[in-house]
Amino acid sequence: MLEYIRSYLDSNVTPGVAGNVFWAFVYIVLIFLGLSIAVIAMNWLERKILAHMQIRLGPMRVGPHGLLQPIADALKLLIKEDIMPAEADKFVFWVAPLIVVLTAFTVFIVVPFGPTHAVTDMNIGVLFMLGVSSLSVLGVVMAGWASNSHYPLIGALRSSAQMVSYEIAMGLAVVSAVLMSSLNERGTGTLSMIGIVQAQQSQGTWFIFKFFPLGLIAFVIFAIAMVAETNRAPFDLPEAESELTAGFHTEYSGFRWSLFFLAEYSAMIAVSSIAVTLWLGGWLRPFSNWLTGSTWDLVFSLFPGVTFLILAAMCFYSTIRMPKHPYFRIQTMGLAGFGVVLALIGLVLFAPPVRDRVQDIYWFSVKVAFFMYLYIWYRGTFPRYRFDQLMKVGWKVLLPIGIAVLIATALVGVMF
Amino acid sequence: MQPVATPFFFYMLSGLALLGGILTITRRNPVHSALALILTLLAQAGLYLMLYAPFVAGVQIILYAGGIMVLFLFVIMLVNITQVEKEGQFNKQWIAGIVAAFALGVLFVYVYTKGQSLFPDHSAQLPEQANTQQIAQLLYGNYMFAFEIASLLLLVAIIGAVVMAKKKI
Repeated sequence: MLEYIRSYLDSNVTPGVAGNVFWAFVYIVLIFLGLSIAVIAMNWLERKILAHMQIRLGPMRVGPHGLLQPIADALKLLIKEDIMPAEADKFVFWVAPLIVVLTAFTVFIVVPFGPTHAVTDMNIGVLFMLGVSSLSVLGVVMAGWASNSHYPLIGALRSSAQMVSYEIAMGLAVVSAVLMSSLNERGTGTLSMIGIVQAQQSQGTWFIFKFFPLGLIAFVIFAIAMVAETNRAPFDLPEAESELTAGFHTEYSGFRWSLFFLAEYSAMIAVSSIAVTLWLGGWLRPFSNWLTGSTWDLVFSLFPGVTFLILAAMCFYSTIRMPKHPYFRIQTMGLAGFGVVLALIGLVLFAPPVRDRVQDIYWFSVKVAFFMYLYIWYRGTFPRYRFDQLMKVGWKVLLPIGIAVLIATALVGVMF
Repeated sequence: MQPVATPFFFYMLSGLALLGGILTITRRNPVHSALALILTLLAQAGLYLMLYAPFVAGVQIILYAGGIMVLFLFVIMLVNITQVEKEGQFNKQWIAGIVAAFALGVLFVYVYTKGQSLFPDHSAQLPEQANTQQIAQLLYGNYMFAFEIASLLLLVAIIGAVVMAKKKI
């Protein structure tokens, strides 16, 4: 048993490819935990950042700066009464949130956090991610239909129309990136997520900068389509609260509703990881061409630790600024303790063996975090589109540009 | 990598596919039928994966999930579900049904008994890693012409559908 566990450590591939069940399971658990923490953090960050964009404070009551608000929310959702409408289709109503959550989490088995940090490396990685995440619309339609109510049904129909139309633009953008990965001596590209990042490494450029501006345009198409795919503002027509109450999940409450919430955020992370993998070099660190040499390697490998130290410093700064009233004593101590934990993690990340292994994961997560910030930013700044405008953008703008970029990429690729 | 528990997964996936197929024709509610059809198609995708054809499996998921989506919308928007539940589900064509079932059964028995000599002992072991690339080379190399004709046919079908659906172009 120990031999089996240890044998993987010498290999240079993902646990799925190595066929090691134990480590695959460890990775699955780690990714699941990391995702859950990311969703909790996103919940807090979204409310905080949106509030600050609107010159409010956002959650401030539960824990220092509202840090414990997501946990309070989760508790509230768990003990809330779970209502199923009397006329609902019981089985479909029950199974719809499960499908949405399953698809949102399943796609993460091919997301490459590093050259070996993925559950498995499939030959059809990108196809798998697009396919499985397109299944989630099924859950949405089922939820809307099974609720047996008008607003959810309209929300579900809108959602399916929107997802089906934006998937095409998304697919065309993805194909042009896959096409770029085929520009090597062998002349064959790859659909594997790890393979695409390695192609960017060997070509010495991220695909967003490849054949400027073709890569950039494809990336922008994908970046717009992925907001529509995940039903987020400004394309959140399926749950437009001013028209449809809450869209397809109007009738859901308590735990079932929280599953939709979880799925929405992990789907956002999933499509962001596709964008990061295809265009932003995945786990590759920035400026790997200009700032070369062992000194720069060392500097960039210190980034993870420094990030955590900065977070810890922010915690300590807030600790000093906490009110001195005895009512806040426990909160102040808790915040200081959180700062100490962050600082300790930061110090551990400076150790050379940890540093080398964590770097890839760090750069991947930072890039994904940038996209998550963009999502919040869009929501804070853009007004919601009308449905016909949304369809017009999808079919009459993104689709033709996508085809043009695809053809241009192929032409340029053949010529050079 | 050596496959793990192959017979178990084969029987599970085949069982799911059969179950889905039976449910598809026996459910009264058309939405339930569509759901059962999805189960069958996903189980088929799993079987393709077991045959070391990951590309076909991925395309099966994407295309059929997309196809089922449209079917779903048709069911929701066009079919009056309360009406359907009152109507008879089977058209009682006993003779035709028995003939078809008998023919299919004979075929199955024939393949099962004579299969050893009909098919080669073992299929060609394609490397899983290059499956997609090989399909691409076949489609865009050897069978380029047929592939392009098929795509042209689809294009004509799309234009035809648009012309028929839209009153004023």
